[in-house]
Amino acid sequence: MWQPSDTFEIPLDTWVESAIKGWLVPNFRDVFQAIQVPITVVLEGLDMALQAIPMPVFAIAVALVAWAVASRGLALFTLISLAIVDLIGVWTQTMTTLAMILTAVLFCAIVGVPLGIAAARRDGFEKGLRPVLDIMQTIPPFVYLVPIVMLFGVGMAPGIIATIIFALPPIIRLTNLGIRSVPEDLIEAAFAFGSSPRQVLWEVQLPLALRTIMAGLNQTLMLALSMAVIAALIGAGGLGLTVYTGLGRLDVGAATEGGLGIVLLAMILDRITQALGSDSPTKTPGFLETLKSFFRLGTPATSPETGRRVS
Amino acid sequence: MTDKIQVKNLSKVFGDDPDTALAMIRDGKTKDDVLAETGQTIGVQSVDFTVGEGEVFVVMGLSGSGKSTLVRMLNRLIEASDGEIFVDGEDLRRANEATLRRLRLDKVAMVFQHFALFPHKSVRENVEYGLKVAGVSADERRKRALDALDKVGLSAWADRRPSALSGGMQQRVGLARGLAVDPEILLMDEPFSALDPLIRRDMQNELLELQRELKKTIVFITHDLDEALILGDRIAIMKEGRFVQVGTAEEIVGNPADDYVAAFTQDVDRARVFDVQSVMKAPESLDPAQDGVADARRRLDELSRDALHVMRGGELAGIVTRRALAETEGNGDATLEDVMSPDAPTARPDTHLFTIYGACASGLPVAVIDGDGRFVGVVTPESVFDLLAQDNNTPQHEDAPADKEAAEAASVLSA
Ligand SMILES: Nc1ncnc2c1ncn2[C@@H]1O[C@H](COP(=O)(O)OP(=O)(O)OP(=O)(O)O)[C@@H](O)[C@H]1O
Ligand SMILES: [Mg+2]
Repeated sequence: MWQPSDTFEIPLDTWVESAIKGWLVPNFRDVFQAIQVPITVVLEGLDMALQAIPMPVFAIAVALVAWAVASRGLALFTLISLAIVDLIGVWTQTMTTLAMILTAVLFCAIVGVPLGIAAARRDGFEKGLRPVLDIMQTIPPFVYLVPIVMLFGVGMAPGIIATIIFALPPIIRLTNLGIRSVPEDLIEAAFAFGSSPRQVLWEVQLPLALRTIMAGLNQTLMLALSMAVIAALIGAGGLGLTVYTGLGRLDVGAATEGGLGIVLLAMILDRITQALGSDSPTKTPGFLETLKSFFRLGTPATSPETGRRVS
Repeated sequence: MTDKIQVKNLSKVFGDDPDTALAMIRDGKTKDDVLAETGQTIGVQSVDFTVGEGEVFVVMGLSGSGKSTLVRMLNRLIEASDGEIFVDGEDLRRANEATLRRLRLDKVAMVFQHFALFPHKSVRENVEYGLKVAGVSADERRKRALDALDKVGLSAWADRRPSALSGGMQQRVGLARGLAVDPEILLMDEPFSALDPLIRRDMQNELLELQRELKKTIVFITHDLDEALILGDRIAIMKEGRFVQVGTAEEIVGNPADDYVAAFTQDVDRARVFDVQSVMKAPESLDPAQDGVADARRRLDELSRDALHVMRGGELAGIVTRRALAETEGNGDATLEDVMSPDAPTARPDTHLFTIYGACASGLPVAVIDGDGRFVGVVTPESVFDLLAQDNNTPQHEDAPADKEAAEAASVLSA
């Protein structure tokens, strides 16, 4: 049976290759090098700071944050998980991965939130942006690893750039959604009292969209973590590298240690950011209340807002 | 009274080719024709009105008649398609961005049907909102917000979230938010429609009370005629984007412009619309210094009334009835003082009829005494009853002749 490719084949591979190798790389090398600079700076700063903090101090600090934004249970979970991570000997790698994830998420937020706001304000921009986001979310990351290596080389920064591309869509989508779902009558009221568009954005739209934006940030964070191993393929370090080298040497033990580290880190970050997204302060007892309730065993903390007992 | 808002030939077309739609309307096509032929909706068509300073102007109409569209054009939340709007003589439609913002910041505030309070801000922060965007300092706006909350009786709730408040309280916050910026004009789009009837009545009274003190210029939207009649100094009845009648409560109820308005007014409680003046007859009285019992009999026959008030030295002294006169028949020495009964019911000319039901129950004519203590007219229970029993349904063109007669008589009396 005849099929079109018998007579003619589109040389897409050579076209792409010549476009990237023959034109993009030689002409824009400086641009791509410049893009890496801020990423490298932030990453190195974060990594250095995280590595410098003694493990117990860090673990207790994160546990306190978990307590403040969520619950005593999560604080306990955080403490135990971080202890396990340390005990299995992957603490340094975990901190490197955390630095990478935080860098990627930071840049996702810096790029994604303004894009989401722009999309919410202009229907045309949203229409144009949507297919781009669809492509970003469906294209397998392996496909863009090669051009990234060609444009940026190998190392930490290219790994983070791949992570950003992979993790960016949810924060854009959910910022757009969050701002669009602010009730029209509130925006009308804000304008009726003489607000400028900027004041409407800061006073009404962003605060009311915050929960949705935080949900987007949470998804972005999880996607970034899931890229840890793939980013290691192009030279990023951390837990991903532990898993990847374990894989290469068929060292199940090392791969498991790396994998466990990623899972625990993911769970801690997920729960904390989820709690940030829901208005917890009014629903669960604040830090001080909980602390006090420790000393008044048997009397549960009450929520100050409602005066009702929190079970 | 100076005009605060002037609206001339104002129209709004929702659609992309308003000129065609407006031309069709000028050619006599209806709103439905325009919708069928061009797919455009006429929101408001060729509306003219002025609102005086300190006046409550009520726009009343059914759902979809264009009330919200109209009131939103007054602060340009919706851009008009045609016509002119002047606020304090300033051409609103040609105002630039900065002028428009100034106007919204300090001259015109709005209260919304579904309150539109910001759920992420406390009650006080909500009330402060207009001041905050105007750049007022934190201390100052806190003080003014608490003052405004005090006016609506909610200062105790300042630090709560709006969601902790009942509907009536939330709308009071909405009102306080409007009042906090101390606007000259308040636009109120069905502010009480989402409240249940008892609370709505409370809020209406509260608004009337506030208005007595604050004297704002208010454009008030409602779909409830009773509310319009209670609140409005003047009322516009709106139908399919047009004003079908503009007038005082008494003009609308007593003299509906067409069957549409008449249909609305037929169930209205007239006793709450008409006041004592509108059924008042000329004041006739006896003076014991000159008139005797015989004079009283003669006057009653001449005027064909059953009772007459007695004035002594310009003051109401009592009332003489036919029955009392009949009882003294044959007693030649009886004076007017002897037959007079001292308890004569009285009423003020500007009170609504439902407030004098008690006075009418005696069956005696009610003396109308004005604010200066002058005797200006008489209301008989029958005339009250006649007015209430009038068929509301038929447009009636000769309104309350008694009114004019009484006014003339009063001026003769005081001359
Ligand atoms: N944004 C819009 N786009 C198109 N048509 C509109 C728009 N807003 C209002 N309309 C139309 O304009 C007309 C008047 O609407 P408007 O909201 O002013 O009525 P209303 O008197 O306030 O009614 P309600 O009592 O239901 O609030 C209606 O026919 C409505 O369908
Ligand atoms: Mg409306």
